[in-house]
Amino acid sequence: MSCLQTIQDYGLRAIGIGERLLPRSDFTLCEQFTLIGSGMIWNVYFGVMALCTGFFLATAIAVAKGLANPWLRKPAEWFIFLFRGSPLFIQFFFAYFLFLSLKGVYPFFSPFTAAWLGALIVLFLNTAAYSAQIFYGALQSIPKGEVEAADAYGLSGWLRFRRVVFPTMLRLAWPAYTNEAIFLFHATTLVYFSGFPAWQQRGDALYYASYFADKTFNPFVPYPILAMYFILLTLVIIAGFGLVNTHLNRHLPANARQKLRLRPNLIR
Amino acid sequence: MFSYCTDPDTLATLSWLTCYLTTGVHFSFYYSFLKVLGILAVTAPVALAFGFGGAMAARSSILPLSWFGKGYIAIVRGVPDIAFFLFFVIALDQGFEWMRHQVLCPDWTDPIRQGNDFLVCPQAKLPLGSAPQVVHQTYAFGLAVITFALVFGAFAANVIFGAMRAVPKAQLETAEAYGMSPRQTFWRVLVPQMWVFALPGLSNLWQVLIKATPLLFLLGIEDVVYWARELGGTKTAQFTSYPHGDWRMWYFFALLVFYLFMTWGSEKILTRIMAGLTRGQATSGGEAQRKGVAA
Repeated sequence: MSCLQTIQDYGLRAIGIGERLLPRSDFTLCEQFTLIGSGMIWNVYFGVMALCTGFFLATAIAVAKGLANPWLRKPAEWFIFLFRGSPLFIQFFFAYFLFLSLKGVYPFFSPFTAAWLGALIVLFLNTAAYSAQIFYGALQSIPKGEVEAADAYGLSGWLRFRRVVFPTMLRLAWPAYTNEAIFLFHATTLVYFSGFPAWQQRGDALYYASYFADKTFNPFVPYPILAMYFILLTLVIIAGFGLVNTHLNRHLPANARQKLRLRPNLIR
Repeated sequence: MFSYCTDPDTLATLSWLTCYLTTGVHFSFYYSFLKVLGILAVTAPVALAFGFGGAMAARSSILPLSWFGKGYIAIVRGVPDIAFFLFFVIALDQGFEWMRHQVLCPDWTDPIRQGNDFLVCPQAKLPLGSAPQVVHQTYAFGLAVITFALVFGAFAANVIFGAMRAVPKAQLETAEAYGMSPRQTFWRVLVPQMWVFALPGLSNLWQVLIKATPLLFLLGIEDVVYWARELGGTKTAQFTSYPHGDWRMWYFFALLVFYLFMTWGSEKILTRIMAGLTRGQATSGGEAQRKGVAA
């Protein structure tokens, strides 16, 4: 079987298109590359969706944490503590079994026990908490002069937030937020190891990599392939966020611009 | 455990619960919490040592050694760590068996990788097929510790490498001007001063290490996650005198609370250590502390 044929059969296997049965023996390099790559669809899906939705919740929570009103500040602080203080792995397990129990009572919750929705919700809340902490830090370090200048121009409330506070917050938070994004994409590999079932063996990249490692008892091929895919993904994220970073800092003289500094990515 | 537990069906809810929570299997569950603490206690110093070694290698003036150190640090970037965990456990196991195979069975002619199998001679198996269960468990735990230490050592190396570069140059130049050798400068000036720069990163790492401990489950250890799944699952009256429905949610809720306490408590302690280390340092924190004392 040619490699092109394999790509046709397994390229979209992770979302249920193509050959139903996974290869069982005599794995070729091409099969491993194709299936692990097809699993990346899920990693990208989880990462992109959680980032896009989490961004808005994170902004709201960061603002709430900075308020003087304890009725809004305390819940925001608790939310951040809850999701940053406990392992994501346990959060996945807890959410899965929570949805499973709810499903028994209300049939409405049955899609929540599937990874595409249930795990996405956990990732959404988790990244919202981590990003909110980053945004909160940025809100705290907005130069006093900028807010005073906004006051002097008669800007207040929503207008001041939208025109002055929010853009500066985003600019200051962006390097840290880039790391959070990379970090989140890496965290998506936990999904199929934490209770959420891979229905009809439609899993993510790590799911297929460990499938091959289990079957061949040889970790030295699938995991480096997975690593290669993730390094590529990380480079794409860095490039994309770098473009946004240049856009956010376009008003500054070239030598005063903040460079993106990359930090090692840790497990959460 | 208690004397009134002989017939659980007749008990009221509260005493039923006290009996239920003190069954033998529950003590295995509580014991697995000790495993978590144990792996933290063992891994943290080992990872710190690996990190220190990695940072020293990366700073080395010998080029290949510096490449090795930098490569070790760089490899943890860009790849999900759970992949490292899954990889290292098999890779280390096979590496050890391969080395023993080379030493113990030099006459073995068959290839080690036969298709989908990894075959070493029986004497080289780790642990030996005849070994008792305890040895197997200890070996698995040891592999897990080495894996954790390798991964977290790389993180720590990155933090320590950065901290070593953050020590003011003038301090090192002064040491040189006093006639200290590079070795003396390193141990007497650089290392004592670097900790204050390393601590924020290291304390972050400690929190991350705490939160990584449930991944032990993926390494095949009977840890808290394993027991929470086992004990929480639906139990029928056929197999146990304490039948209950699906309680896994509550077991994982308990784990969630356990980890929240762990991270909360260590944050309190680390803040104190930081205050101690900041004393007398030429940083803004140290300056603020000095003014606070003087006032």
